[in-house]
Amino acid sequence: MSKDVKLRDFHQAKWDEPIIFELSIPGQRGILIPEVDDEIKDRVGNINEIVPRNIKRDKRPVLPEIAQPQVLRHFLRLSQETLGQEINIDIGLGTCTMKYSPKINEQFVRHHKFSELHPLQDEETTQGVLEIIYKTEALLKEISGMDAFTFQPGGGAQAVYSNASILKAYHTDRGEGKQRNEIITTVLSHPVNAAAPHTKGFKVINLIPEGDTGYPSLEQLKSVVSEKTAGMFITNPEDTGIFNPLIKEMVDIVHEAGGLCVADIADANGLFGISRAKEVGYDMCHYNLHKAFSSPHGSMGPCCGAQGVKDFLAKYLPVPIVKNDGEKYYLDYNRPDSIGKVRKFYGVIAAVLRAYCWIMAIGADGLKEVSELSILNNNYLMKRLLTEVKGISAPWSEGQFRMEQVRYSWEKLKEDTGVGTEDVERRCIDYGLQEFYQSHPPYLVPEPFTPEPNETYSKMEIDEYANIFKKISEEAYENPELVKTAPHNASISLIHQSAITDPEDLIVTWRVYKRRKGLK
Amino acid sequence: MIKRLGFIINPIAGMGGKVGLKGTDGEEIVKKALSLGAKKVAPNKAKITLKYIKDNIDGLEILTYPGDMGEEECKELGITSIVVGNINMENTTYLDTEEAALRMVEKKVDLILFAGGDGTARNIYTSVGDRVPVIGIPAGVKMHSAVFATNPLNAGKIVVDFFNNTNVEIRESEVMDIDEEQFRAGRVVAKLYGYMNVPYEQAYVQSLKAGGIYSDNICLEGIADYVIENMESDYIYLLGPGTTTKKILERMGLPYTLLGIDIVKDGEILVNDANETEILEIVEDKKTKIIITPIGGQGYIFGRGNQQLSPKVIKVAGKENIVIISTPNKLIDLKRRPFLVDTGEEDIDRMLEGYYKVIVGYDETYVYKCSY
Repeated sequence: MSKDVKLRDFHQAKWDEPIIFELSIPGQRGILIPEVDDEIKDRVGNINEIVPRNIKRDKRPVLPEIAQPQVLRHFLRLSQETLGQEINIDIGLGTCTMKYSPKINEQFVRHHKFSELHPLQDEETTQGVLEIIYKTEALLKEISGMDAFTFQPGGGAQAVYSNASILKAYHTDRGEGKQRNEIITTVLSHPVNAAAPHTKGFKVINLIPEGDTGYPSLEQLKSVVSEKTAGMFITNPEDTGIFNPLIKEMVDIVHEAGGLCVADIADANGLFGISRAKEVGYDMCHYNLHKAFSSPHGSMGPCCGAQGVKDFLAKYLPVPIVKNDGEKYYLDYNRPDSIGKVRKFYGVIAAVLRAYCWIMAIGADGLKEVSELSILNNNYLMKRLLTEVKGISAPWSEGQFRMEQVRYSWEKLKEDTGVGTEDVERRCIDYGLQEFYQSHPPYLVPEPFTPEPNETYSKMEIDEYANIFKKISEEAYENPELVKTAPHNASISLIHQSAITDPEDLIVTWRVYKRRKGLK
Repeated sequence: MIKRLGFIINPIAGMGGKVGLKGTDGEEIVKKALSLGAKKVAPNKAKITLKYIKDNIDGLEILTYPGDMGEEECKELGITSIVVGNINMENTTYLDTEEAALRMVEKKVDLILFAGGDGTARNIYTSVGDRVPVIGIPAGVKMHSAVFATNPLNAGKIVVDFFNNTNVEIRESEVMDIDEEQFRAGRVVAKLYGYMNVPYEQAYVQSLKAGGIYSDNICLEGIADYVIENMESDYIYLLGPGTTTKKILERMGLPYTLLGIDIVKDGEILVNDANETEILEIVEDKKTKIIITPIGGQGYIFGRGNQQLSPKVIKVAGKENIVIISTPNKLIDLKRRPFLVDTGEEDIDRMLEGYYKVIVGYDETYVYKCSY
């Protein structure tokens, strides 16, 4: 197949479905629980005396009362009004690596031996899951070159914060905790590289891209490095997909000043087998198991930020760490230098199990192939968009290949037609795509658009994706109003953002809804 | 509710450009421009804007001024307009622009669209101030002010956005102009005249879902609070012009001059609107910090709008005591161009070159380069 892949005649379902509370009819039930046998009652005793007072409700929960068939219809209708990773070509959600999650891994995660584990079970009875965590740590150590990992953080942002905490502990132990109060990052790094250290109490210095390169100069970095420098938190490649070739020199400059270097590898999809954190010289890093390692995002979760550090920082990692004493695995809480607990129990181990299965299934060669395919797919899409789609551009490093994603700009389209990225974003829904990711703030690239065609998309799908944007651009030049008033084939029509983002108008619970509407 | 647009053309704006006059302010210059064969340029540019508005907004009431100050252009495009005021058809002057703008404000227009250059922007500012939002069609010789759209078509798009979208952001933008006599003699001396409210073409802060936290006002408050908390009692602070710097004084509860240099020590105002001599008398050899913000769209940090902060003053304070503050939007709007300086002394300009940590929020900085 080629770029002649046809566009779909897509039209989404529209059910005008009420919210489930509005469907509630008092007395209706999905499941009728049989009366307890007298013999059981006699043996167990009065239920009200068995359930501890502190977990007993005073009032019945206000839940919708509804029978099974209506529940099923309700949610199937809603499912037809959504677009998600498994129904549309989800290339648009760049920086998130929306890749296919192999279904066999779901079998493992949902297996009762895993799903019914209780975090308070005795370690003797959880050897299997501890082994998985232990072995996944070994795999990530090899992938990154770091010396120790934890899977405690419940997402990328928490992993970066946890790294900031370790960095703080390290300088404090060396008597430089107060002096080293500045963190350097780049303005195009993921914003959490600035936000997490800032929350930890550091001053944040953002380097900005210079000239046409898309990354800061060494002179710029040198101008701000000092005895106050605690470290550098950096994403490379940034969301522009441009690999910063000065990264090793930058790391060296920060090290010479006494700072530590922390890599945000949330999006690792272009780096497997190509660039390791250790060889760059980083002291810490983190991966998002829910991105490059195939675990699904699942409505912005459940996430796992795998946090890795070099030997000299391992003692600070959060508790517990899974260890093996030669005979069995155990959770090690006896770590006096640890920054402490960052999440309850084991962390999100479903993501760890999926990542373990994924890595083991494809092996070392497979990991490298993932990155090679991602980079190939991305550059193929870039070539098509930049040569065939009017009004789009890719700021910086013109003519150079990119890594796993590109931050494009619809600035020219907006200037020429008045159609901006938000309009294009809504219009692509009419072709069966879900909306795309524009940019992290700040919007350094005007009218941004950040797709990421990872290794799980076929050439035919990438062609369909490119063809959609080619078509939308043509529409913008011929009939801009068509694009500006989109979507036309979706479950809902154009809604101005101000109507749905004003905190005064937002109603996020049924209780608030009733109060606002004056309902009983 | 009726949507009402005020539309003013300065018909002579831009005439000096092609005949090398670097401006068309003053009757003598207009005569000279005409004698050199200059043709009117503003009306044609304004028609591009007007046509786009006509094609994209329904039910808009347009108030304009007689003759070639707007009435004729509306007629040519088949637009029914309400004409207010009177002019001498043969000879319009800046007073007509000022009067026209004043009439528009009195008639309660929602937005004033004008075609002209910096001189026209100044005239509009004199009458309008910050009472009504304004957008300029770039049609002059000089356009240092930040109140213009990037081209006539985009001016039309901004007007359409303004009336059709409830979510348009209004920003205070600089009204700048240069001293034309000195300019024709080869010396650029720009002056900051004030700020007008301008609808901002959405680019950076357009998406509440992604960028809402970066609204200018929140950043400004963060910048101001950070600067205030870090003020040291043994320093004298010279605060340059602009809404960014004045937010600091506003949050300190101190009086300020928007366009002047205000001097603060120990939480008290020493002088408002100080000139160079007054500044030098106060700072002498005392520890001094200069707090400035770049001029929007241009990036000048010294030499435009703050000449009171002269080379002598800069020397007393020292480069290390220059504190630059800016919202991230303002830096991004410079479109990767460096900060500029033009103090009039080359060695000072050279000394000011290099990288600065610009305060962009509470405890957050962007590193930005300055050239000259």
